[in-house]
Amino acid sequence: MKRKVRLIARLDIKAPNLIKGINLEGVRVVGDPHAFAARYFHEGVDEILYMDSVATLYGRNNLTELVRQTANDVFVPMTVGGGLRSLADVDEVMRAGADKVSINSAAIRRPEILREVSRRYGSQAMVLSVEAKRRREEGGWEAYVDNGREKTGLDVIEWVRQAVGLGVGEILLTSVDKEGMRNGYDIELVRAVSSTIDVPVIASGGMGKLEDAAAVIEEGGADAIAMAHVLHYKEISLEEIRSYLAGRGIEVTVHDDAAHM
Amino acid sequence: MTMLHICDYGSGNIHNVERALVRVGAEVRRCTSAEELDNARAIVIPGVGAFGDCISALRERGFEDPIRELAASGTWILGICVGMQILATHSEEFGIHRGLDIIPGAVRMIPGKTPDGESLKRPHVGWSNLHSGGAHWEGTPLEKIRQESPVYFVHSYQLHPADPNHLLAYARYGGCDIVAAVRRGRIFGVQFHPEKSGFTGLKILETFVSLAASTQT
Repeated sequence: MKRKVRLIARLDIKAPNLIKGINLEGVRVVGDPHAFAARYFHEGVDEILYMDSVATLYGRNNLTELVRQTANDVFVPMTVGGGLRSLADVDEVMRAGADKVSINSAAIRRPEILREVSRRYGSQAMVLSVEAKRRREEGGWEAYVDNGREKTGLDVIEWVRQAVGLGVGEILLTSVDKEGMRNGYDIELVRAVSSTIDVPVIASGGMGKLEDAAAVIEEGGADAIAMAHVLHYKEISLEEIRSYLAGRGIEVTVHDDAAHM
Repeated sequence: MTMLHICDYGSGNIHNVERALVRVGAEVRRCTSAEELDNARAIVIPGVGAFGDCISALRERGFEDPIRELAASGTWILGICVGMQILATHSEEFGIHRGLDIIPGAVRMIPGKTPDGESLKRPHVGWSNLHSGGAHWEGTPLEKIRQESPVYFVHSYQLHPADPNHLLAYARYGGCDIVAAVRRGRIFGVQFHPEKSGFTGLKILETFVSLAASTQT
């Protein structure tokens, strides 16, 4: 089946700011996240992804108010992640207007949470966030937590296979090595994961130019691409990405704009 | 401003539906009991989750008969996602469940394979394009959008109307046509989530609101 590829704007948040780092660290303030999300909605983004980048550090997700505000004027699916530790935390962001949640650390500590969330909200609402870092010697990738700072000892491929068995409906796959580098996605990583499991894979980390998007879709088998820097700094527009991909025969969604209202 | 009544029977997507309706200029009244629906000109029925859970919750709150009566007396109704499916005669999701029988038909699982034998993922999640199902779009919430407009879906079941004239729109998914919208008089059901379908979705809600306003006394 020919798949329709989704374009996702990834907004990493250190409340109250939208930030951008390199290798998930070395953070720079970009602006007001709500304003950026609204801009991407107007430019026809397929989905919004909010990630609380300091939540695990502080022990809780601080995005509820931002999610509530955003839900008032951004009418596309919204995924919220970072520091969600319990079903109660998930309930809170879902009530605030999220459509899906993404979980990393809490699932590594207690994988059952994946089953609990997917039972309550459906597997399509349960996104597993994986921070993957290449292993120097034995090859393959290891799963990390805390923005790529903490090792878990888990092999990425084994971990995603287990997680899908627990009801995960989608994988947000961030390459810690590539994140913020703007020299392309880790295509081998995306291919290794997308060929292992049959739930959609969102490739994240490394988008720098149009060809990077095409490569991770065509060679890596990504179902969706997450983008941050190139959008935040207006280096490439969603319109450019859409028409470039369409020109290569990749199916994308062409949205009606605000003028249509 | 047009007053819309939303049936609040505990459905998870009610806040987002309400926000989208407010955004397109409607005045929204959330109704937790059937009495509050009295004299409603237009009703929106949200719904997510399993059919059986939704219809039971709706019945427990006493909405069943009032909605059927309002439907028979010319009230504008828009059912969204499972809120659309419960308009059907029955559903086959986890056993047989009786629906409101406002739009005769059955709710069944979407196919797992295309006509060419390729596998189709369930649930159907994501953006798919709408095209005509048979009934004209004029005078319906779809009248202001173009053919092939993209809208957002999250579902595994679809409503098959018994009368082909009630079929308003299909969506393309893989090589299959999935029932995306149904219509019987002033009663509409959409399988997709207009509240999550960008400006296309807002346009659909805005059109529903103005259709209801045009007949208000």
